[in-house]
Amino acid sequence: MTLASTPDARLQLIGITKRYHALVANDQISLTVAPGEIHAVLGENGAGKSTLMKIIYGAVRADAGQMLWNGRQVEVASPEAARRLGIGMVFQHFSLFETLSVVENIALALEGPFNLAALAERVRSVSTQYGLPLDPGRLVHSLSVGERQRVEIVRCLLQNPQLLILDEPTSVLTPQAVQKLFETLRQLAREGVSILYISHKLHEIQSLCDRATVIRSGRVTGHAIPSQETPASLARMMIGRELPHTEMAPFTGTPHTVLQVDALSAASPDPFGTALDAVSLQVQSGEILGIAGISGNGQNELMAALSGEAPVASAAVKLEGRAIGHLDAGARRDLGLGFVPEERLGRGAVPAMSLSRNALLTAHRQGMVNYGLVSYTRAAEFARQVIARFGVKCGGEQALARSLSGGNLQKFIVGREIAQNPRLLLVSQPTWGVDVGAAAQLRQTLVDLSRQGVAILVVSEELEELFEICDRIAVLAGGRLSPPQPRAACNAEAIGLLMAGPQAA
Amino acid sequence: MMDHLTPILVGTLGAATPLVLAGLGELITERSGVMNLGVEGMMLIGAIAGFATAVGTDGSVILGLLGGVAAGVLAASAFAVLALSLAANQAACGLALTIFGVGLSAFIGQSYVSHSLAGLQPWAIPVLSDVPFVGPILFRQDPVVYLAFLLYVLVAWTLAHTKVGLLLRAVGESPEAAHAIGYPVLGIRWLATLTGGGFAGLAGAYLSIVYTPLWVQNMTAGRGWISVALVVFAAWKPTRLLLGACLFGGVTILQFHAQGLGLDVPVELLAALPYLATILVLVLISRDRNLLLLNLPASLSRPFLPGR
Repeated sequence: MTLASTPDARLQLIGITKRYHALVANDQISLTVAPGEIHAVLGENGAGKSTLMKIIYGAVRADAGQMLWNGRQVEVASPEAARRLGIGMVFQHFSLFETLSVVENIALALEGPFNLAALAERVRSVSTQYGLPLDPGRLVHSLSVGERQRVEIVRCLLQNPQLLILDEPTSVLTPQAVQKLFETLRQLAREGVSILYISHKLHEIQSLCDRATVIRSGRVTGHAIPSQETPASLARMMIGRELPHTEMAPFTGTPHTVLQVDALSAASPDPFGTALDAVSLQVQSGEILGIAGISGNGQNELMAALSGEAPVASAAVKLEGRAIGHLDAGARRDLGLGFVPEERLGRGAVPAMSLSRNALLTAHRQGMVNYGLVSYTRAAEFARQVIARFGVKCGGEQALARSLSGGNLQKFIVGREIAQNPRLLLVSQPTWGVDVGAAAQLRQTLVDLSRQGVAILVVSEELEELFEICDRIAVLAGGRLSPPQPRAACNAEAIGLLMAGPQAA
Repeated sequence: MMDHLTPILVGTLGAATPLVLAGLGELITERSGVMNLGVEGMMLIGAIAGFATAVGTDGSVILGLLGGVAAGVLAASAFAVLALSLAANQAACGLALTIFGVGLSAFIGQSYVSHSLAGLQPWAIPVLSDVPFVGPILFRQDPVVYLAFLLYVLVAWTLAHTKVGLLLRAVGESPEAAHAIGYPVLGIRWLATLTGGGFAGLAGAYLSIVYTPLWVQNMTAGRGWISVALVVFAAWKPTRLLLGACLFGGVTILQFHAQGLGLDVPVELLAALPYLATILVLVLISRDRNLLLLNLPASLSRPFLPGR
């Protein structure tokens, strides 16, 4: 691989280096993207992909290195400058305005005349064309994570970029929608648009990308043509060892029903939410029940009703035979319910608080509070135990939650719940934005926990994940739950059709 | 009844005008995520600067008002340097600006205490001002009153229907996201802050040049603070702000009349009435949490420096 200028490259990076104090986020990174090429950037979370993308997009300045754009050296001083050059980016952490509508959000990113009505039409047609249906008038705060990502993608497509950067774009799409998106991306590539595609899903990279640059710990560890590699060889380049896979031993105990939900109907507090329509399910001890479906189909409402954030009719939710529907979240936790919400920062953990204080928030039941007084030493001890037991990489129990990578914080939050020995664990999007290694560890942890007799309910948009760890799978679409099927009786296409809901038929 | 009501209502709009102006300015500033508590100070600086300019130009009202605007912008720029470019605590900077404004205006105003100006005659708008009852109330006002209401329409329309307004709301909600999609957040906040300063300066100059055309130390008498409160209670919505300002203006005039009636109520209590009534009513109508949450600029008073 030569580092000399490649005259016909759309984008060429030479020796990009970025340091944050002692940490070298990008170390001499070079890569070349040709016009119309779909180029994968493969790497774990924390490998430096995001920093590199931010440098290309002008959000962060490199300490050293050059960037050539269509053969010309450029300094991208700001995201605006990047957009002027024709670089569009779909962010992993969405850059959307919650109190504005979809079309207003998109309008802000576009140049040209300001005509919301006309733009709403374009949004509607482009989003339908690419299989990412969007209602332009809805306020973003009422959208699910998946729907928000659609807004980001559609917003980029409307800018007619020459280079499109996509950061884990498919994690929230049905298999059918992923195929549609890939068709879109291939079409864009045929039209000459270069695509930088960041993902940890190896089979996607293999089916979509022309070339790949693999990054580990801030350095390029390999260039590859994905179609000529195997998932195992790509994974080795990415994480430096074999791809872990989940061990599923059968449950040896006697199963009994832990969670029983009968005809649970609940209106959504959100005017744009999805009401639950007679949802019934059972989770046995020793099993993992997976709930597939695209966010915004009642997932938030179901989790709120089960966790106690939104109490419902008393008899609709039973924990080991006891009606708990009317209890609030704290009372349900007292009875042995653990809950890992979808948003790590802000809901699962308080970003500006230390891990020790965050442990206290749900684990105070473990003897950390006596006569209303908090024992910080016990909280710290508990946090230390969680950190050690679940291999959380952090600067100790006094590290702030926001200083951890997504994977490590998720390990901590899941670990915090598990260390309280729950009888029922609810987990929403267990590996959202988590790197491969941590995701594998989290999945294995959940499986092991269930085999100890804990009932686990997992809501996830990642089908592969559900197929990997669940004993039974049901699909939530439009607020209705399909009958749970044993994993062996499910296939991705059928689940995908259920996920798309009746409107897709 | 009518002969009491009409003069009260006629006075209402004039009394409301400084609050409409200063409140609109603060609303623009806060919509961008910047909380400038220096409105009272900027109004006082605008008041004395406007008054001095008018006196120095043989009573030119227009130059006086412009002087007030310029002084307000200047005062706001001092705030912006500290609170925006240097990312200092906005509440502290705003309070400092108010304290500074009170002192500075009193200092400059010492030599202007004995002066007075002619003020402005009302402009009767042809035809409309002859409509019975409504005519004299709405259409026989001084030009600044009309200007304030025009500015209200302009601000409300801009916020609701233009890209500039959308951008302002966007920056106020998430400066990070606005930066990420390529907008100069700091520049937008600077502009919004200076605009707020200009509005506050105009409000102050209106008080000293037109409303009571003389300089009295501390003559804004807390109107700047009421404007800040109005903005919050109005849920950052211009129309509610306008109604709140009119309520304040109405009760102000009402209590003047009540004082004239010689009621056996301490004057101080009556004078406090507009402040009390305004706060009370606004608290009552702003109890809708969703409304507040939807309109609250989420980044309010949170400093933002790009590239961190």
